Amino acid sequence: MGETEKDTIAAISTPVGEGGIGIVRISGPLSLAIADRLFRSSRIPPPSSFPTHTLHYGFIVDPEKQERVDEVLLAVMRSPHSYTREDVVEIHGHGGLVALRRILELVLQQGARLALPGEFTRRAFLNGRIDLAQAEAVLEVIRSKSERGLALALRQLDGSLSHRLRGMRQELLLLLAEAEASLDFPEEGLEFIPAEELEVRLVEVEKAVRRLKESFNQGRIVHEGIATVLVGRPNVGKSSLFNALLQRERAIVTPQPGTTRDFLEEVVNLEGLPFLLVDTAGMRADDLSLEPAERHGVERTRDWIERADLLLVLLDASQALSDEDRLLLQEIRGRKGILVMNKVDLPVRLSRGEALEAVPGLPCVQVSALSGEGLEELKGIMVEAVGREGLDTTEGLVITQLRHRQALDKAERALAEARKALAQGLSWEFVCLDLRESLEALGEITGETATADILEQIFSRFCIGK
Amino acid sequence: MERGYEVIVVGGGHAGCEAALAAARMGARTLLLTVDLDRLALMSCNPAIGGLAKGHLVREIDALGGEMGRAIDATGIHFRLLNTGKGPAVRAVRAQADRLQYRLYMRRVLESEPNLFLQEAMVETILLEGGRVVGVKDRLGQTYRGEAVVLATGTFLNGLAHVGLESFPAGRAGDPPCLGLSRSLKESGLRLGRLKTGTPPRLDGRTIDFSRLRPQKGDDPPRPFSFRTRTLEVEQVACYLTATNPRTHEIIRRNLARSPLYSGRIKGKGPRYCPSIEDKVMRFPDRDSHQVFLEPEGRWTHEIYPNGISTSLPYDVQVEMVHSIEGLERARILRPGYAIEYDFVYPTQLQPSLEAKEVARLFLAGQINGTSGYEEAAAQGLIAGINAVLRIRGSEPLILRREEAYIGVLIDDLVTKGTDEPYRMFTSRAEYRLLLRHDNADLRLSQYGFRLGLLSPQEYRRVEEKRAIIERTIERLRSKRSRWEGEEVSSLSQVLKRPGVGWRDLVPCDPELAELDPEVADQIETLIKYEGYICRQKEQVLRMSHLEGKRIPPDFDYMSLEALSWEARQKLNEVRPSSLGQAMRIPGITPAAISLLLVYLEKESRMALGR
Repeated sequence: MGETEKDTIAAISTPVGEGGIGIVRISGPLSLAIADRLFRSSRIPPPSSFPTHTLHYGFIVDPEKQERVDEVLLAVMRSPHSYTREDVVEIHGHGGLVALRRILELVLQQGARLALPGEFTRRAFLNGRIDLAQAEAVLEVIRSKSERGLALALRQLDGSLSHRLRGMRQELLLLLAEAEASLDFPEEGLEFIPAEELEVRLVEVEKAVRRLKESFNQGRIVHEGIATVLVGRPNVGKSSLFNALLQRERAIVTPQPGTTRDFLEEVVNLEGLPFLLVDTAGMRADDLSLEPAERHGVERTRDWIERADLLLVLLDASQALSDEDRLLLQEIRGRKGILVMNKVDLPVRLSRGEALEAVPGLPCVQVSALSGEGLEELKGIMVEAVGREGLDTTEGLVITQLRHRQALDKAERALAEARKALAQGLSWEFVCLDLRESLEALGEITGETATADILEQIFSRFCIGK
Repeated sequence: MERGYEVIVVGGGHAGCEAALAAARMGARTLLLTVDLDRLALMSCNPAIGGLAKGHLVREIDALGGEMGRAIDATGIHFRLLNTGKGPAVRAVRAQADRLQYRLYMRRVLESEPNLFLQEAMVETILLEGGRVVGVKDRLGQTYRGEAVVLATGTFLNGLAHVGLESFPAGRAGDPPCLGLSRSLKESGLRLGRLKTGTPPRLDGRTIDFSRLRPQKGDDPPRPFSFRTRTLEVEQVACYLTATNPRTHEIIRRNLARSPLYSGRIKGKGPRYCPSIEDKVMRFPDRDSHQVFLEPEGRWTHEIYPNGISTSLPYDVQVEMVHSIEGLERARILRPGYAIEYDFVYPTQLQPSLEAKEVARLFLAGQINGTSGYEEAAAQGLIAGINAVLRIRGSEPLILRREEAYIGVLIDDLVTKGTDEPYRMFTSRAEYRLLLRHDNADLRLSQYGFRLGLLSPQEYRRVEEKRAIIERTIERLRSKRSRWEGEEVSSLSQVLKRPGVGWRDLVPCDPELAELDPEVADQIETLIKYEGYICRQKEQVLRMSHLEGKRIPPDFDYMSLEALSWEARQKLNEVRPSSLGQAMRIPGITPAAISLLLVYLEKESRMALGR
């Protein structure tokens, strides 16, 4: 049985969790009819008569058992003025997860089908309400983990990415038109763009593409969180610090070394920036006596260290610097990090100077995960270390999809090829080939195919013809 | 009532001639009807064939077994290879023809074709029975029955010529227009539009002062168009360059009110790339001069065609304007320039085979479809003639793909995108330009010509031999170790890829190269030097082939796709694309619409399977 676009779909549109409001969203031709059958309120008219964009208080009732399932607010959004451009009904329930699930079951019983992941957005795209980039942005908005990410995603949603891209495409189109004209109309006695100027303008576009591309990294950071990896030898207090920064009990904390075998990842929001905290297994020197599980853990630790945007290097301030410590410090030289001297609630035996000997210039802070001492200072340094300016999203545009990054890579490569062909003095038909590829790559992001009307450009600029 | 024919071709211009010859050569009993037997294959405008993209078309026509290439080789008086300094995809040959000789040649060829019958008649009506064409009727009431009809009436449909504020009905200067046929076509359900085009005055060469003008000589040796022309020996004539100047422009501006274009008398839309001199002066006011090419019309006439001053200004203004141009101060006008407006059929009403969607067995080719240019017309004529015969025989039509030929690009553009101004071919219209080169038309298309019976086995064999030589030579250069300028190289083809190195430089290391035909050697050089780019284009073709291969059933109900906008549905319904790839090219169809189509197509196919 195939799913069709004509089905009415339904899903719980809020994250699964305890308490508060949950929403069941229905989209499709049967939405209003289903609402009619399930919704009861003191207002006599049924939902199918509600004006669009209105919210009504009432109850969801099991039509067979005639029982009230939940107290709800029902929202009606009529086609085409809804997210999917179809009739959309949203049932805002207050009774928690169980009640919400019951509502969904009833909706499905009345003829709706469970929506596939992303299906609402897919319909919005197919019904022309949003373009491809915007569709992806919606998913970003839902998943964004911090205010910054949200701001970004919202900007992409309103088409500013598309707008920036359009500017680049327009310039490429102009250049392509000039190049094509020089090929197709050699005998007209016209002056076309000289190679030097073409080169200069191509460089500009290449730069713009690169800027946009580089922001992808920033975008990724803002989207997934700044990878902040806690490293240090076993039992130096990583898990305690992890929990302390998150302000709740998450990891298992026992005095036995090597107890934390799993990686823990959690996002914490500091001053609007998302930090993805990663608690690694204890770093031990390569020891063949280690169990495979432990060794595997060590390997993955190394991966995380590689990927880290910020390293929190923990030392036990109540003990002298061990060889393992020294090895670790050596390894992380040159990386962005913070030296965290933990356990200052205990008598301090390690001095700052000693600790910093191996890694001079690194910010250093003394904390006690247990007592909370120094934690605020640490948080402040973390934010500073990452550098606020680099993540300022009010200025530049950020591309948060790998797909976009790949398309920009393609565009950049094609532009580089175009310049190479130009430099080699190859006939411009080869430059044109690369320019077209570049245009197509940029068009991939918004989902526009690059059927550029080059001729349109040519004839408005040049006097052609005999 | 006469004995019936298989194919009836209406119109003896470039499209009509190719259609008639192709049909006859494929063995069909063919009738060619024209208003004037003395004007078969007359060049109405510029006495030239070829140029960028147009030259490519001529070569493709030739590779398929059409006539135009041979005709121009036999009658050309000036040959030039254009864009010699540029790459292989944009080099092309252009030739001036002796206008009189050209049509005499064509008439001789037409008259020697056994299955072909020529007749002078003015066709006014197409005859229909049960939604299909069964013949035509002329002005005198005479009926001609045929199993398929090819309309190639050029600019004759309701043609109206303008010189200044005077206008007179004409198919072109010197020919009457065809008045009844448009009505007949409309009655059959076809929609027509109106276009215009223009031509410059012709000058008496004896009154031109060439001494002050720059000559342009033909190539030595000249390159032929047809791959079947073994040698080309011709004593060429030169063309001359001059230009308009601010005084010329001032004359034009002063008299604009008397120009039918600017007084709104002419209704049709004109070509942007063949504009009248009035257009040029008004649209580009910053330019103080426009080029004018003085082209001789023939070896034994002094008539000159001044390419670049197409106009519909009044006669006296034309005289004044011409006299303001350097070298033309005393030039006498033999025939005035004029604009002509005419009816055309919106080509989206045609299938890719050029058969009308709503009128079975009716094929349309040439300017009637909204194109401009002899080459564009001839290409369509050839395809229409071929497909008319295939249709009668119940075979699949010949439809060339965009990556196979400029002819493919031409027809696909017409039937998918339509046109509202006279369509002319440019290399930039072809996304696979690098694969559609001037030098490989024969390799691309000869097998079709041969299979259809339009190329003889010997001619085809020669092409295949050429292909074999190319493959052998490339293989040899690729695998042969050699010494090059003192160093050891693993393959000469690597050396050839270096900038500045040509195949002639390799001759000392590989003497066999010198024995090759230079054009073949050039082609080998292209294939090796630009291998990377050619590969990329081939990959693009592959990527698109998935979408091109996704067929849409001919009776697909577009109007029921509620999720599509009304405009999109209408466009799809009008064009009725045969594949998703073609659907993508329809202007105004967004990728979202294509995604939707894909979804619906899958749904349909699943449902069909279920049944």
